[in-house]
Amino acid sequence: MIDFIGKRFKLIAFTAILLIVFIIVLATSGLKMGIDFSSGSLLTISFDNEVAIEDLRQELSNLDYDNAVVQVTGDGDFLIRTFALEADEKASLEAALEERFGNLEELAFENVDPIIAQQTAKYAAIAVFAAAMGIMLYISWAFRKMPNPFRYGACAIIALAHDIIVVMGVYAILSIFVNLEVNLMFITGILAVLGYSVNDTVVVFDRIRENRLKSPSADFAITVNKSLVDTLTRSLNTGITTIVVIIALIVFIGSTILNFAIVMLIGVIAGTFSSIFVASPLLVIWEKNEWRRFIPWLKTKEVKA
Amino acid sequence: MTRKNIVVSLIILLVFIMSALIVLPLDNGILFSRGVELGLDLQGGLRIVYEADLSGVTDGNKDEILQGVVKVITNRINPLGVSEPQIEKQGDDRIVVSLPGLSISDTEKDRIGRTALLEFREYKSVDGEMQWVPAAGEINGVEKILNSSYFKENTYAATDDFGRIVLVFEFNEEGAKLSEQITSRLIGQSLGIFEGDEPLLGDDGRPIAPTVESVISNRGQITGLSLNEATTLSQQLNAGRLPVPLEIIYEQTVSPSLGSNFVDLSLKAGVIGLALVMLFMILYYKVPGIVASLALLFYAVITLALYKLIPVTLTLAGIGGFILSIGMAVDANVLIFERIKEELQAGRTLGSAIEAGFDRAWSAIRDSNITTFIVCIILFWVGSAVAAGASVQGFALTLFVGVAVSMFTAITVTRTIMRLFIGSRVSAKKQLFSPYLGGEK
Repeated sequence: MIDFIGKRFKLIAFTAILLIVFIIVLATSGLKMGIDFSSGSLLTISFDNEVAIEDLRQELSNLDYDNAVVQVTGDGDFLIRTFALEADEKASLEAALEERFGNLEELAFENVDPIIAQQTAKYAAIAVFAAAMGIMLYISWAFRKMPNPFRYGACAIIALAHDIIVVMGVYAILSIFVNLEVNLMFITGILAVLGYSVNDTVVVFDRIRENRLKSPSADFAITVNKSLVDTLTRSLNTGITTIVVIIALIVFIGSTILNFAIVMLIGVIAGTFSSIFVASPLLVIWEKNEWRRFIPWLKTKEVKA
Repeated sequence: MTRKNIVVSLIILLVFIMSALIVLPLDNGILFSRGVELGLDLQGGLRIVYEADLSGVTDGNKDEILQGVVKVITNRINPLGVSEPQIEKQGDDRIVVSLPGLSISDTEKDRIGRTALLEFREYKSVDGEMQWVPAAGEINGVEKILNSSYFKENTYAATDDFGRIVLVFEFNEEGAKLSEQITSRLIGQSLGIFEGDEPLLGDDGRPIAPTVESVISNRGQITGLSLNEATTLSQQLNAGRLPVPLEIIYEQTVSPSLGSNFVDLSLKAGVIGLALVMLFMILYYKVPGIVASLALLFYAVITLALYKLIPVTLTLAGIGGFILSIGMAVDANVLIFERIKEELQAGRTLGSAIEAGFDRAWSAIRDSNITTFIVCIILFWVGSAVAAGASVQGFALTLFVGVAVSMFTAITVTRTIMRLFIGSRVSAKKQLFSPYLGGEK
């Protein structure tokens, strides 16, 4: 039997270092905010004539849209992101582009007022917080027959925090290379990851509950490790089937749900990892009260693992 | 037991066939002849969120005022011919307008939220200079300008006995008094119609200014308009006026040509995702994998039928939620099959291993899915509170329905089919029911 729990201190230390790296990445390179959160306009147009993206950028800058961000989609349409455009500003922009490049078609337009952007950001934060609280309360309740049920909830939440940091960190790294923004679909992805990851954690905890009730006198570390091994195949298989459909989403649809799918892809991997390597080891450390192991100068009363 | 199971099998089969008949073909099912409702991002259309300026309104009246705004906007939108417009209040001071499938010009869009009234003006000399000035009358000693707020909302364009286009209208009580005073004064002269300070222009680009032919009190008609002019004007008069100014704080327009592409792509992603998950399950779990694949097929069909019946408006994000739930729907089966494997390893017969597997897996399936429900409910709430939240709401709803259905299909459907194997010749070959037997972990 693989011994995960025996290596719990190394696992937690490794994860902590990984998280610190991701936090540094986030602090230095940061995430790019989309118009949902930063307000502005997103205009999708296609030209009848072939237009080079450099020429379009140049023209926009000539028209004093210096901060406009231009992207080309898979179908050769252009996405132009600017400050929030009024109806007449949009009309004159389109007219100017038509004069330069010939006939254009407006495929989509989205305009977000700063009031809306602020409110969306507020609700997104509340949503993530509320989801975390709801999950913690539910788990604490679902495991009420265990001693210290709150610890199950708390460890699940720490695992979730891990998942969110990993997702944001990897997303920040990816967005250096590809244009990936944080929008509402990103937040939706984060919440879906929370749901998925906690689902995974609950399955392991459920097995811990069962194994512990079956043999209450066994060492908790052994009980948890057995539970991890018992549920390992399930964690991997469900992870695989979920990743398969996410890849189908990325390959065939992409577009507006690309952000969501990428968040999910990173999140499912992080979530599977965290249920095995974060939530359960933490629970053992907490139950055995071994926190001192992480503080070297207090090592005197070390408990043998 | 066996007999009961056969009955359950038949019921499940019936549900499946019914669902399939509701689902196929996608755009018009054989049963109920319903199509899948597509969101704005897939069929194109317009979504605008207005914020009403309620600064001059007392708290108690706000709700009533907003209801009034909704009514006026509805009147303005109806003539545009949208099949299912949605005009709703959101929060304390917002109106959300969704017009799926509609593609309109910026001018028309502008008109929906415009505050201005149509105003009647006379052409007369002011300080020696000819100008259009508001045509006013007096009611109880107060001077009032004749504008579109005095029209009853039953104006219509018609053809009279001589084949001419006429715009028929009726004034309310105050309007009748004003009109009587004004028209009796202006017989033989023109009445201009202004929107703000701009004259209303006809098809030929010249201002619309009908000549007053007789005194008009309660009812009247305008002749000399083209059909198009008469229709547009009647719509504007009927639409009434907005009680408070509106400001656009969020808007999204999608051209129908952009969205149609994604329907095919989503279908492709769904079918391929489904096929790959089935393939994996069959290769890994063998016979139970085939059963799970059947359950998954049931799942997909029943879920789609529910989307049509509820109905759930499918956005791209919603489809994403559905396809994602295909991957997650097998989770319950994976949990159960792993349990069955353990029970078989412990030396049980297939029958008791199946029953024990389902029983033992239940608590994990229940607890883990409830957390997903919590997330869905929160997402749905956020989606309904946020202006740009339609896609989030769509995702939450499809994922919720998906997970709920998967609990039924993965448990009831799989269990029923698995029971059919008990006592059959296949059941003797335990290795067909377990990915690997007796292997040391």
